[in-house]
Amino acid sequence: MTLESKIPAGDIATKWTQYKSTVPLVNPANKRQLEIIVVGTGLAGASAAATLAEMGYKVKAFCFQDSPRRAHSIAAQGGINAAKNYQNDGDSVYRLFYDTIKGGDYRSREANVHRLAECSTSIIDQCVAQGVPFAREYGGTLSNRSFGGTQVQRTFYAAGQTGQQLLLGAYSGLERQVGLGNVKMYARHEMVEVVKIDGKARGIIARNLVTGKLERHFGHAVLLCTGGYGNVFYLSTNAMGSNVTAAWKAHKAGAYFGNPCFTQIHPTCIPVSGHYQSKLTLMSESLRNDGRIWVPKKQNDDRHPNDIPEEERDYYLERRYPAFGNLVPRDIASRAAKERCDASYGVGQSKMAVYLDFKYNMMQKYGRTEASKLNIANPDDETLIRLGKEVVKEKYGNLFDMYKQITDEDPYEVPMRIYPAVHYTMGGLWVDYDLMTNVPGMYALGEANFSDHGANRLGASALMQGLADGYFVIPITIGNYLSKEIHTKPISTDHEAFVAAEKAASERIDKLMSIQGTRSVESYHRELGLIMWNKCGMARNEKGLKEAIAEIQALRADFYKNVRIPGSVNEFNPELDKAGRVADFLELGELMCVDALQRNESCGGHFREEYQTEEGEALRDDENYMYVSAWENKGDTWELHKDELKYENIKIQQRSYK
Amino acid sequence: MSKLMKLNLKVWRQKNADNAGKFEEYKVDASPDMSFLEMFDVLNEQLIETGKEPVAFDHDCREGICGMCSMVIDGRPHGPKQGVTTCQLHMRSFNDGDTITVEPWRANGFPVIKDLTVNRSAFDRIIAAGGFISTNAGNAVDANSVLIPKDVADEAFEAATCIGCGACVSACKNASAMLFVGAKVTQLSKLPQGKPERETRVVAMVNQMDAEGFGACTNTGACAAECPKQIPLSVIANLNREYIGAKMNGK
Amino acid sequence: MKLLSFLFTSSIGRKVLMAVTGLSLVAFLLVHAGINACIFFNDSGKTFNHAAEFMAHNWLIRSAEIGLFLGLLLHIVQGLSLTASNNQKRNNKYGASAGNANSKWYSRSMGILGSLLLIFLVMHLKHFWVVSRFTDAIQETAGSTLFDEMVVVFTDPLPVFVYVIGCISLAYHLLHGFQSAFQSLGINHPAYSPIIQSIGVGFSIIVPLVFAAMPIAMHLGWIQ
Ligand SMILES: Cc1cc2nc3c(=O)[nH]c(=O)nc-3n(C[C@H](O)[C@H](O)[C@H](O)COP(=O)(O)OP(=O)(O)OC[C@H]3O[C@@H](n4cnc5c(N)ncnc54)[C@H](O)[C@@H]3O)c2cc1C
Ligand code: HEM
Ligand code: SF4
Ligand code: FES
Repeated sequence: MTLESKIPAGDIATKWTQYKSTVPLVNPANKRQLEIIVVGTGLAGASAAATLAEMGYKVKAFCFQDSPRRAHSIAAQGGINAAKNYQNDGDSVYRLFYDTIKGGDYRSREANVHRLAECSTSIIDQCVAQGVPFAREYGGTLSNRSFGGTQVQRTFYAAGQTGQQLLLGAYSGLERQVGLGNVKMYARHEMVEVVKIDGKARGIIARNLVTGKLERHFGHAVLLCTGGYGNVFYLSTNAMGSNVTAAWKAHKAGAYFGNPCFTQIHPTCIPVSGHYQSKLTLMSESLRNDGRIWVPKKQNDDRHPNDIPEEERDYYLERRYPAFGNLVPRDIASRAAKERCDASYGVGQSKMAVYLDFKYNMMQKYGRTEASKLNIANPDDETLIRLGKEVVKEKYGNLFDMYKQITDEDPYEVPMRIYPAVHYTMGGLWVDYDLMTNVPGMYALGEANFSDHGANRLGASALMQGLADGYFVIPITIGNYLSKEIHTKPISTDHEAFVAAEKAASERIDKLMSIQGTRSVESYHRELGLIMWNKCGMARNEKGLKEAIAEIQALRADFYKNVRIPGSVNEFNPELDKAGRVADFLELGELMCVDALQRNESCGGHFREEYQTEEGEALRDDENYMYVSAWENKGDTWELHKDELKYENIKIQQRSYK
Repeated sequence: MSKLMKLNLKVWRQKNADNAGKFEEYKVDASPDMSFLEMFDVLNEQLIETGKEPVAFDHDCREGICGMCSMVIDGRPHGPKQGVTTCQLHMRSFNDGDTITVEPWRANGFPVIKDLTVNRSAFDRIIAAGGFISTNAGNAVDANSVLIPKDVADEAFEAATCIGCGACVSACKNASAMLFVGAKVTQLSKLPQGKPERETRVVAMVNQMDAEGFGACTNTGACAAECPKQIPLSVIANLNREYIGAKMNGK
Repeated sequence: MKLLSFLFTSSIGRKVLMAVTGLSLVAFLLVHAGINACIFFNDSGKTFNHAAEFMAHNWLIRSAEIGLFLGLLLHIVQGLSLTASNNQKRNNKYGASAGNANSKWYSRSMGILGSLLLIFLVMHLKHFWVVSRFTDAIQETAGSTLFDEMVVVFTDPLPVFVYVIGCISLAYHLLHGFQSAFQSLGINHPAYSPIIQSIGVGFSIIVPLVFAAMPIAMHLGWIQ
């Protein structure tokens, strides 16, 4: 099969408008005859389900949590980008488009990204109309902040809970349609199989997680809005339940997986505190504005940080990147921390952490300013600290509190310990301009698709993408497919394809339950995570990746021999749910390594140690790797398809932060 | 650095909604740096290793925002600390040798699914009854065309931070859901966008709340005291006001 | 009437009725306590009897009394049924109790406090209200006054004891009820609520004290 990205012809600035006015439509009477399955109710899924229902389609929506309001999107903190130019600082759709392509290290599709930038402004309008309480100025207008990778203020936010507020907005729209009877909501349901009839996606098999029963659901189209797969690393900032299962089943059913190895690792997270650690907590990127990152100059230095004198500290980011210092992009900051810790300069009990120290700016930057405001001529250190602390508290108080709650250390007194953690996956199901996978009738939206962020996502752009996909893109592009389906009558779920899919799912579950070995699911997940983190994490090399592939294969084989899942199938059984997800991660992990091995270049979050400049920076190979790797599943192996990227509107450059 | 603490747990075990449950006792060694849920992870691994059934409990984000975690610890939803969810509670809030009683949210509106897991779909139905602003994607005006004073926006935001966990119901002697409903009604009634529907909204939501089997508020304040997001009692007064107004208007 | 049916059918409506009737009882108590306090003139009940006579014969007061009595009935019936229905919202009780960690004991005990009040009320009404309104026993012309009746009743320690318990119940009932009524009616404001709270606390302490002082004082013979 050849990949067709179906990008409409024409000028980049008018493509989408033109597309919208020419795409085939489905008339209202026909819409009521068409059924759409939406799997996932995060920002992408909730907005899509609500909007499609508003348009008149019959929608069934699924999520594995007990309510659609709890999707992982709820945890996003920082904000959402939009090219509103409310600050009059020269922002525009083009600039957002450009920043996103560049931030993604030139590995995303121009047409998709431009459309994203165009939709961004309507998202803010829509959310405000829904009652999303964004932060505001005293004059009553919306407030903005700036984020990494941009020179304008285009990030809209609601304190540190932007994702929550946006999701609750989309959720309220979804529940409204549930109340009107246009959406049927299936919470605590997990999609475990895709049903294909004559090559088209026609439904899913979902497992009712309360009763354990498998259910068949028909749809004229199936939308996967099931989020990212960062939990393949076991420890990540993702919610515990985030998984790849839905996308993976789609992949097994023929959908290509795009750029699986592109993972974003966030530099400032609270480090692991013990073997029992279950997840990692993000400390906002904004802290790097005032925190200085350092490690001791001496290896394995066990002294208390406050006892290490200034001249024995290595401010390695400032040393290596004098121009950007502590504000280098996420991937660079992450790799630098890893390098220091690997070389035995790490701090804390685990030695896998670096210091993020606010003392200097607290005293010298804020303390001094405050002192001069108060006309204190020669303030002593104590005064500086006291005055500076107030300012820092106002800016970052809630983050400092959160840190203290988790670590029991007071970051006003002792530097924070931080370490990078897996945060987001740019890769996902390959989709065309319509957001349709290569399986007709099956779509992927939000973090679940590979589309807009290339090899590295900019802060505050994931929320934007999820909502653009759901509110404004899919409602239009789905017409392109469904307009041809108006004569397809609902297919009975007694159809042999449904029977076969349910049987496959049921056999898989029975197989897992029948193993009754000795090891817990969790222990396999933890071990897989360690392999992925060490060999397919922040830095990768050929040898490590090859080892990882072998280790994952061996671990998978062991899993199917020795895993123990307690309880039974037909009951509420979280261990069984987890086992299914880990089984899929055990396959995905291998594909990620295969992809990383294939991509003989470094770009964005993908850093191959063999491909770096003399100073240790990422070395892209535009000649040979300017494509999306789209992997086709072939049973135990994969076949690579290349979706070539063409840059017609943006000049490609090398990133430098020295 | 951190010594292990020896804990005795009394945990509610209930096979499903149709079975009566009972407390079982367990012993766990926990590090003070663990979160309460990580302590339960340790317990569960222990149970699995010894061929027993792990304790089923709800959780997802583990950072206090999804509203999924829900344990009543020594009689208090989300445990002894104020302003935190169960997943944000750390074992250093307990002492070596403590006996800790852990139960599910208990309310007729939240039937137990298994062990510590309950069904909170009643909250979704209350939102579906009216907890929204009726606007379809695509017909919004420019976001800055309606100015909203900062204090109004802040007030709406404060109410909107509710995570829908249900601790309020679980803490209330009447199993009343008024803090949850009040938070949503307050958020939407404060904002200009929410005004057109405010009367029908509040009546529909309260009707649904009553139909779901939640009790009437007697203003004990337990909900607000236990709410991990510290939603204030004033949202309930606001709910009452909105409701009385709507009713007196014949809605 | 349909307009007001919510006062009996919805959770919030029922609380509104509790609050309105509760507050009118509060208003009544103020008057009642004022008149009772007249005995402390220690003039053998002259002022008191005068006031009581006025209350008994003024037609306006008599008709307000009917409303008040209806209100009391509503308050009692609604209060008991509300407590009963609230108690049915949690069939499986908690194994461990939060104690007073998140709320005050008396705010959780309004039904019981109210029931204690009811016991007291029944006794109280029998002692004075029934006697003064529905029998001819108390007529100035008959030579017996309400004050005389009090002297008789309060020589017995049992009624004194019940009265004191009743007043303590009242104090706690109001300590929660006074401010709660405003909350039920939707009145909660950062500037005014603290004032309401303070008035409520003052009211809940002073008024029951005044009531309790009377039987005690009479029993101990401080007032003649
Ligand atoms: C800590 C943190 C902070 C972040 N902050 C920001 C930020 O400030 N700005 C920003 O732009 N981005 C941020 N991100 C990224 C952003 O939150 C996510 O990329 C985005 O929310 C993903 O949305 P989604 O709708 O695609 O998926 P999700 O929100 O992950 O939703 C997935 C949905 O799919 C369902 N699901 C999954 N599998 C199945 C299955 N098999 N069957 C049924 N249902 C299934 C789930 O129940 C859920 O409803 C942050 C991420 C993290 C981890
Ligand atoms: C003089 C006598 C009484 C006065 C002044 C009084 C006053 C009040 C007030 C002001 C309230 C608060 C209403 C609200 O919260 O909205 C209240 C509530 C209540 N009262 Fe009374 N009351 C009296 C007698 C009684 C009696 C006799 C009973 C019951 C048998 C009773 C039972 C209740 C109950 C159950 C509540 C509701 C509790 C709550 O909502 O917290 N009361 N009362
Ligand atoms: S009001 Fe508070 S306790 Fe109740 S559901 Fe919301 S966050 Fe939870
Ligand atoms: S697990 Fe999400 S709030 Fe506790």
